[in-house]
Formats: sequence, structure tokens, C-alpha cells
Amino acid sequence: MSRNTTQAIHEKLTSNEALPKSDGIGRRDFLKAGGALIVGFSSAGFLADSLLAQGPPRFRMPGPDPTQIDTWLAIHSDNTATVYIGYVELGQGSTTSLLQVSAEELDLEMSQVSTVRVDTKMSPNQGGTYSSSAIARGSPAIRQAAAAARLALLIMASEKLESPADNLTVAKGVVSVTGKPGTSVTYGELIGEKRFNVQITGHERLKPVAEYTLVGSRPPRNDIPGKVRGTYTYLQHVRLPGMLHGRVVRPRGQGAYGLGAKVTSLDENSIAHIPGARVLRKGDFVGVVAPREWNAVRAARELKITWDMPPILPGSDDVYKAMRAEKTFDHIVLQRGDVDSAFGAAPASHTASGKFHCPYQAHACFGPNGALADVRPDSALLICSSQDVYTTRGTVARILGLQPDQVRAQYYEGSGTYGHSCYDDAAEAAAIMSQLAGKPVRLQFMRWDEHGWDPYGPAHVGEVRIAADANGKLIAYRYDGWHHNWAAVETSQQLALGTPAQEWRLGAAQQVNPSDCGGMYEIPNVKLVNHQVDGLKYLKAAWLRSPLDLSFSFASEQTMDELARMLSMDAYAFRRMNITNERWLGVLDAVARAAEWNPRPPASQLSHANVVRGRGIGLGTHLTSYGAAVAEIEVNKETGQVAVKHLYGAIDAGLAVNPAFIENQISGQLVQATSRMLKEEVTFNKTNVTSLDWNSYPILRFEECPEVTPIVVQRIDQRSTGAGEEVMAATAGAIACAFFDATGVHMREFPLTPRRVLDALRRS
Amino acid sequence: MTREIRIRVNGQLRKVESAPDTPLLYVLTDEMHLQGPRFGCGLAQCGSCSVLLGGAEIRSCVTPVSAVNGKSVTTLEGLPKWYAEQKKLAKTPELHPIQRAVIEEQAVQCGYCYNGLIVKAAELLSKNSHPSDLEIRTAMNGHLCRCGSYPRMMKAIRRASEMMHPGTRAAESVSAHSGERAVNVAVGDAEAAR
Repeated sequence: MSRNTTQAIHEKLTSNEALPKSDGIGRRDFLKAGGALIVGFSSAGFLADSLLAQGPPRFRMPGPDPTQIDTWLAIHSDNTATVYIGYVELGQGSTTSLLQVSAEELDLEMSQVSTVRVDTKMSPNQGGTYSSSAIARGSPAIRQAAAAARLALLIMASEKLESPADNLTVAKGVVSVTGKPGTSVTYGELIGEKRFNVQITGHERLKPVAEYTLVGSRPPRNDIPGKVRGTYTYLQHVRLPGMLHGRVVRPRGQGAYGLGAKVTSLDENSIAHIPGARVLRKGDFVGVVAPREWNAVRAARELKITWDMPPILPGSDDVYKAMRAEKTFDHIVLQRGDVDSAFGAAPASHTASGKFHCPYQAHACFGPNGALADVRPDSALLICSSQDVYTTRGTVARILGLQPDQVRAQYYEGSGTYGHSCYDDAAEAAAIMSQLAGKPVRLQFMRWDEHGWDPYGPAHVGEVRIAADANGKLIAYRYDGWHHNWAAVETSQQLALGTPAQEWRLGAAQQVNPSDCGGMYEIPNVKLVNHQVDGLKYLKAAWLRSPLDLSFSFASEQTMDELARMLSMDAYAFRRMNITNERWLGVLDAVARAAEWNPRPPASQLSHANVVRGRGIGLGTHLTSYGAAVAEIEVNKETGQVAVKHLYGAIDAGLAVNPAFIENQISGQLVQATSRMLKEEVTFNKTNVTSLDWNSYPILRFEECPEVTPIVVQRIDQRSTGAGEEVMAATAGAIACAFFDATGVHMREFPLTPRRVLDALRRS
Repeated sequence: MTREIRIRVNGQLRKVESAPDTPLLYVLTDEMHLQGPRFGCGLAQCGSCSVLLGGAEIRSCVTPVSAVNGKSVTTLEGLPKWYAEQKKLAKTPELHPIQRAVIEEQAVQCGYCYNGLIVKAAELLSKNSHPSDLEIRTAMNGHLCRCGSYPRMMKAIRRASEMMHPGTRAAESVSAHSGERAVNVAVGDAEAAR
């Protein structure tokens, strides 16, 4: 990777933006007005606020001062609390979980706590809601702030009630004196609507886990009733006064990321017949706006425009061959012992290997991404679905030529995003269009924009080799992985400003993952090699739920089962005897027990029937937590149809704040992983992507949905870790192993479509 | 001069300002500010935009508003009232049984597809109050959920059917492939999990 790229990304990750006013009048006004302030937002007032921001930065991250209690919560006169959360709700329930953590520490009930939307004007900057981190990384800060607030309130109560703090108890936000019935004061009476002005030391005593009553329990999600009634406001519902509806105009389906797209001709008159429609152009960025949404849709469709799209892509059928032939940037992720000698000493009868191909897959958000922007000469309001509003704010400010503190970014939930979908691209597009139009613009992608210009989960080639001794003890493991990296520049910026395409610098989630690739097993000799392909000749990519992990488990766990077959060992017993980590054992045992696993070697009961059954077990994770899955499937050897009948998925994510939400997450992961293993692949020719809707990019349907059994291994003595994606990889492995068990054939490529299955069966 | 278009939306007669070729979806969202029907694909592939037209589920993203002139449209917001009329209830309940069931099952993940899932399930239950699992799967198959909440939606539909007709569920529907069943593992140690 070039030095410039590395530098640019370093800046992106550590940008030291000027500080906005950390708190004060604006935030209080917002509190009083509630969400309604959004629509009537005055950018003049906002600007005045931001001009007041003076003095040297007190900390590196932009946003309110995280060391102040007031940054995290406010107590109201009615004895309720507003908790400011820096993590966004992605439909996983983490907002409710973080309220559970707050209420627990404050000794409040769930009905007494609520939150407001994430907004750079008032929310703490906790970084992006990535890597299933909301609870893992979000809860410690919120918990400490709540403990600090409780301590401050107890000190106030001690004075007010003239009793030592040791004699005070709290329930439902009412502080009482032990042994003096009737002597009490509420949090609201102590500080309602006033600021604490108290610094969090980090040493405030936290409630012992053994005293938890709310954390670990199952209160319902606070967002579901509104979502069911049709009163919940998704990003797609937000409107601004005087706004225009906008659509981007791009080629149908992206080409090579490094090239973007070049306009060769554009006829603005071609939409002159559409009422109010206008073309907005900046460089090769083209959009249309109109006062009525349907007219914007029509204008985008009817605009006469031609593009230069050089045919330099390898095409989806040849992508693996192309990546494998690339000159790559190679990097040893992990080296332990001496794999070459160990493989040399291992008999061929105890050595399994395979080469595996894994496709580009799309986030394919159910509601296409969108954003609203109101860009003025000196300020901008941005309403978006970013997983990280502070970073999006910084990027959009640079594109607009504004300072970050002149841009206010607000989060509204869109449809599930499963990683970095088009939300930043849409946010940038809305901002560019509003600046060009001189009016507020509501931009929404069309289905083909979302499917066609998604930053996909990258394609992958995996080559794995594993050896065991005669007793079944693993002795050597090698994994070589080929893939390219994630896009650091969004298409809107690329097209509008001509900014060269750049990839991220190599990070943990963009390379061969030691946790999936043998990491759960005790193996003395290991070598993991990452072969990074230059991505500019390939498709735009980003993190897709459990990045690359499904590919790793698909390759690695199938090879484990091949080894188990060679050793005539049961797949579960073979794994078990090679694991010592009690948390991996915990999920493995839990899932095997739930599935009533009966021991026998894989592919040891092959049948000549047309419809055959198989079952497989798999392990995997993302970066933290422990995932295990069992799959029971049916394969029709005549049609090539694979039906996943029942999936069991277990996770150990440490302390499960709300086990019910994690069960829902596991259930969704089992179904989504099935979809990714059986159906999903981005297709493209040499020019551009051709999978542009739900027909050309099919996902799993009701009729194909397996029965699911989610299993939460609750560990109250361990810190909470992620639970939003860590069963996906295990599921991928389990499904692939079940196919092998049913047919005796390894699938070397997914998704397991009928064509691919029939090819594999025919070749065997 | 175009003729004036009027549609009845959730019981109220509304005059339409948009051009006749405008898809019904944009009229419901942009003119009438309803938040139930929503844009998903614009191609009638996913079901995000579903509404009931005289009790039958249609895709509002591909239905020109002129095609429903003079007709009665029910959106997610209007389901409780529509249900009360269907069942000749004296009072409109707060929620349609399927809405209650979806909340009780905590079926939703992001919830964007739930407009379509709920509208379609309401249509199904109005025609078949005891759908078997196979009938549920068949009826719902044209509605996609990207989060993978199908198992819980299956449970919610069965629960709604129960609510509407307590104790009369067909035995057939309590079959093996009935959605989601959670297992809880003992707190805190691997020994217990074994």
C-alpha cells in the first residue's frame, strides 16, 4: 500500500478535530423539545453555538467531555433519567441493554430510564458501533458514569437527610435512611434538571455482579412497539421543510473500484419534461432532484447519460483465478513451531488439505440507504444512518469545505446494515447534492444503487492444510488466504472530487483470522499467511457482518472433518480432544448436547437415495466471543437442492446483559448465515456488477427457513463481549460439514446453489 | 385537466394531489405521511411497501394511484380498525392480534420488513384463521426479511391465530419445523455446560 494511503487512513482514524462546545444551552433546549427539534432545526443557532467553542482541546476525540457525568446522563424532576449513549441502535437491542446497565448501577427501574438519538451535538463519542462492540466497549464507560452519578447523588442525599452515606439505601431512585421509615428524598428532588458538574474519577465503586437484578434479565426492547405500530421513524421517513427529493444517477452496477465511473455525455434536456426536475453535477457525480419524489425517481431513470466503464474486471467466474495469480503483499499473521517439518513428518493418511473459493457478498440493506442534508454556506445538518456519526461528520465536512464542528450529524436507524453498507456513500451524496442545490435534499438510493454500489464483503481464496498424529492430536496447521482490503474512499467523493480510490491499511478484520483459522484448537505448529491483493482492479469492499469469517470456517472446518474421516473419528469428539480452552469447550458441548449429537465419523452413513441427510458441527467467531453450531441438512442429489432443516447455535459472550436479545441475534445469524451459504453471491462481468435486485441476488425465503435453536452460555463472571455476529462463521462451517456428511463430497465453493452442487457431485 | 383521484385510506376519504401515474407508495408516504408502507425495492420483489386493498395485500410501489381511485386502502397503521370492522367488534382494539403477537414474541430485529410481514400475515389470518406451518410458509414466501427473523415471525403468526381462536389450533401446525426454541445453559462454568 502506498505511503499516502496509509497516511490518509491514519488521519482518518486519529483526526483531531476542533472541539465543539462540549455541552450547555443547545443540549438543554434539545432535552426540553425532544426529537421535535430536528425538523425545525435552525442552523444559525447551531453556528452561534459552535462559534462559542473555544480554548484548547482537552482530549483527542471530538465530542462532549467524557470525564463529566453530565456528558452521560441527566436526572429529571420526575425522577427519571436520560442516558446519553454513543452507540447507535442497529435493530439488535443494544440501546435497551445499555439502559439496563445504567438503571442497574443507578438503582432505577427500566421505566425510569430513556435515551435520545445519537447526535454529534450532544452524544458522547464512543467511536463507531462496529465489531459487535456496543456492549463490550460501550457498557464500561456508561456503567462507570452511572456509578459516579449515584455516588454524587448519595453525597447530596447525605447532606439533605443529615445522615451518613453508609446509612442510605436506594430503590427506584428514592434514597432512604436505614431504620428511619419515611425519611427519604428522590434523585429528582436532589438534582432534577440541574447539571452535576462532577468529574468521573474511574474509581467509583461499581455494584458487585452478585447484586445484579436488571443485568442478566430479559426486559423487552424499547423500539419494538413503535416498529410494530408504524410509528417508529426510520431514516427513510425523515423529511425537512423546503427539501427536494434526490436520487443519484450512476451506471447500473459498479465497475472496478479504482476507476469509479466517467461521464462521457449528459443531456440535461432529456428530463426537461419532468416537473421541477434538475440535474446536479460535480465532476462525475451526477444526481437529480425534484420537489416530488416520483419525479426524482423518473428523472434518474429517464436522464440521458453515457459512461466510460473500461472492461477490466475479471468477472465473477474468474475472480478466484485472477486473485490467486496476483502479485500480493504477503504477511505472516501467525507462526508457531515449525509447520514444514511437522507436515513432513506427518503421514499422508493423516494430512487433509483443500482449496476453497468464497464469493463477494452484499450487505443488501432491506431499505436502500439514504440521508438528508441541509448545507448552508457556514454550516450543515446531516441526518444519516452512519455506524459512526463523528467519523462521517469529519469526512462530509472535508468534502463540503467546512470544519467538522460546523457540521451536525444525527443518527436515524435505517434498515439493518450488517456492517458498512452504503450509508456513508449516501450521506456524502446528500451533502454534495444539498450544497449544489442550495436547498435541503433528501437522498435515497434505489434498489439497484444499493445492490450495485454496495461495498461488498470481499471474495476470498483459502488454501488449508492440517495434519494430526495417529491418535488424532493435531500437529500442524497452515492457512493461506487471498483477498483484497476495504475501500477507504466512498464512491460519492471519488466521483465528485476525483479523489483517488484508496484501501484501508491492513487491520485485524481484513486478514486471515487466527481465531477462526485453527485458533480454537491446540496445535503446536501453525502458520497463517495473508496474501493481500491490490483491490483497485476489483470491486469496492467493506466489512460485512463477521468479515471473512464465514470463508475461513467454510475452508477450515471442512478440512477438519476430512481429517476426522481419515482418522475414523467422530467430528465432535475429534474437535473436543484438540481443545483445552474451557470457553470453546463450553459452546461446543452446549451445542452438541442441544442437538443430541450421536457420535460417528463424518460421511460414514452414505446412502444411494436421491434425498440424503447429513449433519455437521462447526466452530468460529469474529474477534471476541465463542461460537459453535450444528446443522442438519437434506441434499437432493437429483436437483442439487440443499435444504437446511435445523440449526443449533451457541454463543459465549461473557456476561449476557440481556440473554433474550442475544437469542434473537443468534436466531438471525443462523438464518442469515444459511442465506449466505446457500444463495448469496455478487455476480459481475468484465465491466460491472450484474446482481442488482432480489431476483439477481436472491436471499433465503420463508419456505427455505430452517428451524433454529439459539443457546446462550451465560458467564456472569466474565466481561461482556460481542454477540452480533459470532455464530455466523460456526454456522457456515457446520452447513459445509453437514453437506460432506450427507454426500461424502466437499464443497469447494459457496453458495451451495443447485448448479454448483450438481457439478460437485458429478465430479466426485 | 386530469380527473381528481380520491382514495379511502384507513377509513378516511383523501384527495390525491400527485399525478395519476405516481405509485401509491409515494402518495401514502409523501402526501399522507404514513410510516407503515415504505420503499424497499420499487420492483414488487420484497414486500416493504405492502398495503391491503379491500382486504388483499398489494405492492404499493408498483401500483399507480390512479388504479386505486375510489378504493379502500388499509396500511399498517389502520390494521386494528380494519380488524374491528372485519370481526364486527364494538371497539377498535389498540393493536391487531398479529401486532400484539409480534411484540410478545419480540420477533423484530431491525423491523424494516415488518410492515410487509404484518400486513401479509393479517391478510392470511383473515382468510385462514388456523394456518398450518406449510400454509404460513407458502403465504409469507413473497416477503423477505434480511435480518433472518422468519422463525420468530412464524411463531408470532401461530400465537396470533391462538389469540383469535383460543384452544382451536390445528394439531398439524405444532410440527417439527415450527420456528425457534431456545436452550438456556447454566450460568458461569463449563462444567455445568458439559
